[in-house]
Amino acid sequence: MTTLATRRRPAPGGSTVSRPARSGASSVGRPGFAWALPATIFFALFALVPLAAVAVLSFTSWSGLGDPEFVGLDNWKTLIADPVMLKSLWLSLLFIVLGVVTQTPLSILLGVWAAGNQRNRAVLSAIYFIPLLLSSAAISVLWRALLDPNFGIPGQLSWLFGDGNLLGTQTGAIGVLIFVGMWQFTPFHTLIYQGAAKGIPPVLYQAAAIDGAGMVRQFFSITLPQLRNTAITSIILMVVGGLTTFETVLILTNGGPGTDTTITAFYMYQQAFRSFDFGVGSAIALVLVVVATAISLVVVKVSGYDKMNSSLEGL
Amino acid sequence: MKTRPNYLAGIGSFLWLLIVAIPLYVMISGTFQTRAEFGDNGPLSFPTSFTLQNYADAITSGFGRYFLNTLVVTVGVVAIVLLLVPPLSYAIVRSRSRAASFVFRFFLLGLAIPAQAVIVPVFYLINTVGLYDNLIGIILPTAAFALPICTLILSGTMRDITGELYEAMAMDGASPARAFFRLVLPLSKGGISTIAVFSALQAWNGFLFPLILTQSESTRVVTLGLFNFQTQYGINIPGLLAAVTLSMVPVLLVYLFARRALVQGLMGAGGK
Repeated sequence: MTTLATRRRPAPGGSTVSRPARSGASSVGRPGFAWALPATIFFALFALVPLAAVAVLSFTSWSGLGDPEFVGLDNWKTLIADPVMLKSLWLSLLFIVLGVVTQTPLSILLGVWAAGNQRNRAVLSAIYFIPLLLSSAAISVLWRALLDPNFGIPGQLSWLFGDGNLLGTQTGAIGVLIFVGMWQFTPFHTLIYQGAAKGIPPVLYQAAAIDGAGMVRQFFSITLPQLRNTAITSIILMVVGGLTTFETVLILTNGGPGTDTTITAFYMYQQAFRSFDFGVGSAIALVLVVVATAISLVVVKVSGYDKMNSSLEGL
Repeated sequence: MKTRPNYLAGIGSFLWLLIVAIPLYVMISGTFQTRAEFGDNGPLSFPTSFTLQNYADAITSGFGRYFLNTLVVTVGVVAIVLLLVPPLSYAIVRSRSRAASFVFRFFLLGLAIPAQAVIVPVFYLINTVGLYDNLIGIILPTAAFALPICTLILSGTMRDITGELYEAMAMDGASPARAFFRLVLPLSKGGISTIAVFSALQAWNGFLFPLILTQSESTRVVTLGLFNFQTQYGINIPGLLAAVTLSMVPVLLVYLFARRALVQGLMGAGGK
C-alpha cells in the first residue's frame, strides 16, 4: 500500500492520518461527522456504555433484582481465591492454543489448494463451506447427537472410541470441543487463506520454477511467506473466537465433566445467569474484555487493518 | 502456470471433505428413519424405511413459531444495519474530520468486544427499558454487534469509488447527500448486499442474546428451540436431527442465491 504522506505520531484526537491539502472540486461528497452519528450512538449504547457499566458492576453485588450494591473489591478477592476461575483461564488458554494449532495448518493447506482454479475445487469448496452456515447451536446439537454413547457414531466404531462416552472424560470432552471447533471454523479460515493465496503474484512461482524449485520448496519459500499477514489476522481471529466459545460448551458439555471444560466465557455465564451473582459475573466479563481488547489492539497494529486509514490520505 | 497435479493435497482435501460430509449425511439420513430403526442400525447405515414423522414432530413442537420469531429478528437486524452502516461508511471514507477517523478506530476496536463481555449490562439495560422477553430486545443488541464487521466490509467497498466521480458530480454542485444517493449507494451495491447477507446470517444464528434476553415460548427463536429440544427430547435423536436440518434450510437457500456476496466478503477479511 503506498501512502502519500508519512505516518505521524497519533495526535491527541486519535487520528494518525495526515492529509495533504487539496483544493477545489473534491470538497463535494465530503459528508460532515453527522453522517456517522446515528450508528456511533447506537453502537456506543450497546457496546461502549455497557463496557463502562461492566467495570462499575464488577465492584457491586447484584442478584438481578433491586439495585446493585457497592462492595468494593469483594468480587475480585473472591475470583482471585476461586480455583475454578484460575482453572477456567488455563482451560481457555488450552482451547486457544489447541484451536490455533489444529485449525491453522489445515486451513492453510486447504486454502492454498482451493486457490487453484479447477472446476472440481469450486464444487468442493462449496461443500466445505456448509458448516460455516450452521449456527453454533445447530452444530453443537448435531455433534451431541452424533456422539451419543448409545445411538451415535462411537457406539458403532467401538474399536476406535472404546466405551464411546467421549464427553464423559476431560480429555474426551476437550478433544470433542476442539474437533467441533475445527469442523465449524476451518471453512472460514480456509476462505481467507484462499483469498490471500489467489493474490500471490504468479510470476513468483514462474521464477521459482525456472530456478528448478519443486512444489514443496515453492510452498515453503513463496506461499507461506506471502501468507504471513493473513496468518496473523486469521490466528488472532481464532484466539478471540476460542476465548469466547460459548454455545458449543453450553450444549455439548455444559462445562463438564465437573468443571473440566468450564472455560472463562462459560464461567461468566454460570456465575451471572445461573448463580445470579452479577457482580462476580461482571468481574469475569471484565477479564474477558481486557484479554480480548489486548488481542484486538494487536489485530489493529499487526494485521494492517488500520492501514486502511492510509487510503484516506490519497483523497 | 503449469504444474503437476498435486495428488497429496488432493487426497488430503478429499479426507477433509469426508469429515465435513459424513456428519451432514448422518444428519439428513437420520431424519428419515424411525427412532427404532436408527437405534438398531446405527447412524452410519442407509435408511431402509422413509418416514417424514420426525419433521412433523419437530414442526408440531413449535418450530413454526420459532421460525417466525427468528425471521422477525433477522429482518429487524438487517433493516437497522442497512439504515446505519452506509452513512457511517460514507462518512468514514469521505469525511475529512478527525472525528470520522476516530470513529473508524472505535469500530475496529469494537470488532473484538465479545458479546459475553457486555451481556450483563445489556441485560440490565434491556430490562430497565422494559424490552426483556420482547423480540425488539434481541434485535437491538444483535444489530449493534453486527455493525463493526459490516462497517469494515462496506467502507472497504466504498473506498473503491474514485475521486474523479465525485469531481464530476461537483460540476453540478451536488451536496454530500446528493452524492450519497446518486453516486455512493448505486456504486456500493455489492458491498451492501454482502453486509445484508452477513448481518442476516449473524441474526439468524444468534444464540447468546436470545438466551439471556427472552424466556417465554412466544419469543423463542430457532437456535434456542434447538437447545430446548435437546434438553427435553435428548434421546429422540432422529427428531433432534430433523430439527437441526429444518433450522439450516432457510440459510442454505439464502446461500444458494447469495453465495458470491458472502464468499467474497469473507475472502476479503484477511487478504488485506
